[in-house]
Amino acid sequence: MAAGPSIDALGQFRLATSLGPIGASVNFTNANLMMVLASALVLALFGLGMRPRALVPGRLQACAEMGYEFVANFCGDIIGEGWQPFFPFVFTLFFFILFGNLVGLFPYFFAFTSHIAVTAGLAVIVFVLTIIVGLVKHRLHFFGYFLPAGAPTLLAPVLVPIEILTFFSRPVSLSIRLFANIVAGHVLWEVFAGFMLILAAALGVAGIAAGVLPLAINVVLVGFELLVAGLQAYVFAVLTCLYLHDAVHLH
Amino acid sequence: MRLLPAFLIALFPATALAAEQGGMPQFQFGNPLTISQVVWMVVIFLALYAVLARWALPGVGAVLEERARRISADLDAAKVAKAEADRAVAELAAATRAARAEAQAEIAAATAAAREAAAREAATLNARLEGDLKEAEARISAARSQAMGALREVACEAAGAMITRLTGRPARAGTLARAIEVSLARASHD
Repeated sequence: MAAGPSIDALGQFRLATSLGPIGASVNFTNANLMMVLASALVLALFGLGMRPRALVPGRLQACAEMGYEFVANFCGDIIGEGWQPFFPFVFTLFFFILFGNLVGLFPYFFAFTSHIAVTAGLAVIVFVLTIIVGLVKHRLHFFGYFLPAGAPTLLAPVLVPIEILTFFSRPVSLSIRLFANIVAGHVLWEVFAGFMLILAAALGVAGIAAGVLPLAINVVLVGFELLVAGLQAYVFAVLTCLYLHDAVHLH
Repeated sequence: MRLLPAFLIALFPATALAAEQGGMPQFQFGNPLTISQVVWMVVIFLALYAVLARWALPGVGAVLEERARRISADLDAAKVAKAEADRAVAELAAATRAARAEAQAEIAAATAAAREAAAREAATLNARLEGDLKEAEARISAARSQAMGALREVACEAAGAMITRLTGRPARAGTLARAIEVSLARASHD
């Protein structure tokens, strides 16, 4: 088996520099190229799609408007009063992750959300933003967040560390959830695809025939990964809204 | 479902990780690219945020607002038009009612006037007839008294002639006239 094809499930996550020697000189990676592509697609949808500014929207404009209203709705519902200043941020976050996930689904493309450093970076941006918003809005009262209202003072020594731990686990869970979901899907794909090659190499024509099964599984996985791509972007954005709500309203 | 890749990697550990020294590329924090991609991500993310927040999103919001404003304006216009139509219908109904009442009143007035005219005419007719009747009666009574006068003359002459025949001499004119007067009065009395 060592001589035949092997399953290189993790090679797809390998970073490399892109854009030739210029990119290499500033460590611009293939992940960053995909980020630029995803951002360009977002801008194309919301910039060019809205260009007609039609009263009765066409297909692309209707798509852009639906995306706008979708994010605006959950942003307004979850953050509540005073959600407007955070809408562009949540919108950018949601569509950056969504388009990153979707672009990553194409063969030979790179899923930048499969890198824990990237998802952690996004989670830290959210985390720092919630702290800044909380401190600006409530000054030192923000730290009252760690002692739930109505809790007996006697329990404070127990509750405060738990609340602080919960608070700091937010960026961890936020980043690991997205990273793990995307990695799992991409590894599954690679494993089943590699499995087809191994079958063909080991069993010849019979192996090629048997390879239909992993292929069928991969076809089903495409649908599944589309769901995960949308769902994880949504979860990330919704949790961001939830944290922003806590920062704005303190529970 | 999520355990499956781990399971498969466990099945083919050598093959799965053969190409990758040091485990998953995501955890190779010694690789400068792992960190540099995050720095670039922050730059790209902020650029996307700036362009969306400054340019794209206000445009979308303006279009949506304009549409909502237009729809509500149209709804308001429709509401106003409906109120106007309702008022017009009410006005029409009121006008119809008024016209009907007026017509009714006119009919009643005309009927009353006709009735009054008829009554007046009947009264004048009656009066004229009454007058005619009286006139006729007067004429009759005149004719009668004239006839009575003629009768007296005839009676005087006849009675005078009879008395002359019976007694051979003419009766006394005064006595005869008186006697005839008395008997005539008695006859006209009967």
